[in-house]
Amino acid sequence: MTGPRIVVSLWIVSLACGLVATQARGQVTFERLLNAGKEPQNWLTYSGDYSGRRFSALDQVNVTNAHSLVAKWVYQTGATGKLETTPLVVDGILYASAQDDRAFALEARTGRPIWMYQHQLPGDIRPCCGRVNRGLAILGDKVFLGTLDAHVIALDTKTGNVIWDAVAADYQKGYSFTVAPLAVKNLVVIGVSGGEYGVRGFIDAYDAATGARKWRFYTVPGPGEPGHETWEGDSWKIGGAPAWNTGTYDAATNQIFWPTGNPSPSNRGEGRAGDNLYSNTLLALNADTGKMNWYFQFTKHDEHDWDATQVPVIIDSGGDSGKHLIAQANRNGFFYVIDRTTGKLISASAYGKITWSDTKDAEGRPVANKNASPTLEGHTVCPGALGTTNFMAPTYDPQTALFYVTARDQCDTFSTAPQPYEAGHAYYGSAYFPSDEAEPYRGFLKAIDPATGEIKWTFEHTSPTWSGVLATAGALVFTGDAEGNFIALDAASGKALWHFQMGGAVYAAPMAFAVDGKEYVAIAAGSAVYAFGLP
Amino acid sequence: MPLILRQCLRRRFSRPLAAFLQLTWFLLIAYATAVGAADDRNPLANDPKAAKAGEYEFRINCALCHGLGAHGGGRGPDLTRAQKKHVHSDEEMFQVISNGIPGTVMPANGTNGQGVGMTDEEIWQIITYIRSVEVKAPAKPAGSAARGKDLFYGDANCSLCHMVEGKGGRLGPELTAVGGSRTREAIIDSVRNPSRRLAWGLTEATKEFPQEYETITVVTADGKEIKGAALNEDNFSVQMMDTNEQIYLLEKDKLLSFKKSRESMMPKYNPDILSDKDLEDIVAYLTNVGTK
Repeated sequence: MTGPRIVVSLWIVSLACGLVATQARGQVTFERLLNAGKEPQNWLTYSGDYSGRRFSALDQVNVTNAHSLVAKWVYQTGATGKLETTPLVVDGILYASAQDDRAFALEARTGRPIWMYQHQLPGDIRPCCGRVNRGLAILGDKVFLGTLDAHVIALDTKTGNVIWDAVAADYQKGYSFTVAPLAVKNLVVIGVSGGEYGVRGFIDAYDAATGARKWRFYTVPGPGEPGHETWEGDSWKIGGAPAWNTGTYDAATNQIFWPTGNPSPSNRGEGRAGDNLYSNTLLALNADTGKMNWYFQFTKHDEHDWDATQVPVIIDSGGDSGKHLIAQANRNGFFYVIDRTTGKLISASAYGKITWSDTKDAEGRPVANKNASPTLEGHTVCPGALGTTNFMAPTYDPQTALFYVTARDQCDTFSTAPQPYEAGHAYYGSAYFPSDEAEPYRGFLKAIDPATGEIKWTFEHTSPTWSGVLATAGALVFTGDAEGNFIALDAASGKALWHFQMGGAVYAAPMAFAVDGKEYVAIAAGSAVYAFGLP
Repeated sequence: MPLILRQCLRRRFSRPLAAFLQLTWFLLIAYATAVGAADDRNPLANDPKAAKAGEYEFRINCALCHGLGAHGGGRGPDLTRAQKKHVHSDEEMFQVISNGIPGTVMPANGTNGQGVGMTDEEIWQIITYIRSVEVKAPAKPAGSAARGKDLFYGDANCSLCHMVEGKGGRLGPELTAVGGSRTREAIIDSVRNPSRRLAWGLTEATKEFPQEYETITVVTADGKEIKGAALNEDNFSVQMMDTNEQIYLLEKDKLLSFKKSRESMMPKYNPDILSDKDLEDIVAYLTNVGTK
């Protein structure tokens, strides 16, 4: 009777294993993405959830014990250059990307790889600012990667096998993807890069199951479309306005909020007279159709490369007559709060050193000085071309009701360098240099009160950092510095409570997750991904 | 010819056939070399339109360190000099722009993190531009290099803090290459106004900004004041050297005070301390060493 008993036992064991496996490997549905805040052990989208807040409800690591954090594991990607990825974590598995369009899955508890993928890039891609990638999106049994040769690729979550591969645009004309896509409903939404090559920017949505393109919103309107009149002559054809950072989604109004970047050429306005819509704009798009509901343009007719591609963060202001708001710390040095139902500006407050604007229009929007434009001899403007902030992800902490953002004070001298447009060639129109060698730059982490625009506290870095910021329910804010430290700060005061030297500068944003009831905080630095936890 | 191929030829073919194949091989190699060399010549040489395009490309990609007009900045050499330290031919210039110069802050094309990598054509345009602004017969340094050397190691006290060819102090930047990589004006300015543009020190692989020669003054927990030049610094620690060339490795939270200044440790050498002539002699010495 031994045989049958073994068979029955095996059946029971395999059933039990199957149940465990099902629980551990549950697919990420749109329903789960909508309610991402209810499963804080996971990190399901670039910013953690659809609000863009990059806030973790985990509080096991908190102000009382953060000083004892230790490194739990390090995963070496083997990539060189800037690692800008934010990992995703789903039920114990961490998915992330790295330079040159790598993607990988790790056991989130140990950092041990499960699969690795690298897209075969042609030799003549046109990346702007490093061969970077900011992360993946996940939906169902697929993770989605945008590539430097402008493909959107769906990978099997269990193996990394390619399920579909859609070509969005011609990389030889300067189109590329560096952004972490956003999965909404059954769609993969992604914005293009290439503002330095005179592309015509767009935001695409692909059917997550098949890779078929469902809609495209051109961020530079064509003939007959509203906004087309804001471009001189044929300049709209090469008008830029890329969309290279991840937007957010509001289920109540079914709107995707996606920010856009600089008009092309980035530093020269001659030849593209007008406001240049929808460059440097926050777009509210219908998620199903890609049709625009409203827009708000931050910097009109930009000549300083001030992409408005910073993550727009959904804030519900209960205290302030229950307004539905969206906030953005913009590269041009102003912190904007906008009514996300109507697109009307509520407030715009400077949060860094600014010389380009000292007046506001009737709507309250800062407007440029007459003499802010680049000149042949060179003209100094603050902030510089890299902006008061840039792609580094901010965070909003509903507990402190503060918005935390990495900032820098750096002014540049902008000197025109007219270039003819040639497809696939760099197209700036101007050069910029640090203006003042005696006081060239300062870097900060700033806590801004969105209700007033007031800066509640400032943590000054040794030098400017490109790190994003994470807030957690443990009353902590995490960030990294240019010298390689990962830092935990008291969210209320900005006091540094703990740090760890990772040996490489930080260009990524932190995130948090939990496995087996234990909280981890992770960040990419140098060529590696690091995870920290309590001893 | 690779050894393996030679062995194969011996084994498989008769002697005359092997000789024929060998000759074909050499001809192929010769042809490939000739074609390669043709590709290495600047296809845009002396084209005024390319030089103009190159001027703008230069502004965007190179002028940050090499200065507007290629006359050199505080960071990079004057490229209007016909004699360059690292390159002579257009091909070498192409290689240096493409791949950078290891061990210096000259980055490989497209890797400086801010710009866009240039195409081959754009690099050739820049080379055309640089050739168009080169001064074919540069003026010889006005000063006496021999006297400059005496001053450097003697009365001017430069060598107390600066090392040249393995001799001298350690507190300030090493200056063996400075005469080949900085303009005369930049060297003079850094002697007359050492705080105006602090020298770059350690450059870390992944960090945006290099460490500068800032002055650090700390008071340690036991009340000792230390003043020195920063070797490196982050939010939590500082590594510094004092005038006795003592290295200090300090944690900021254990210090009673920490002050950082952009006033250089190097004294301001006004003309009443170091005459224009003496300074010209020192520049001549540094140029002599740096362009060897």
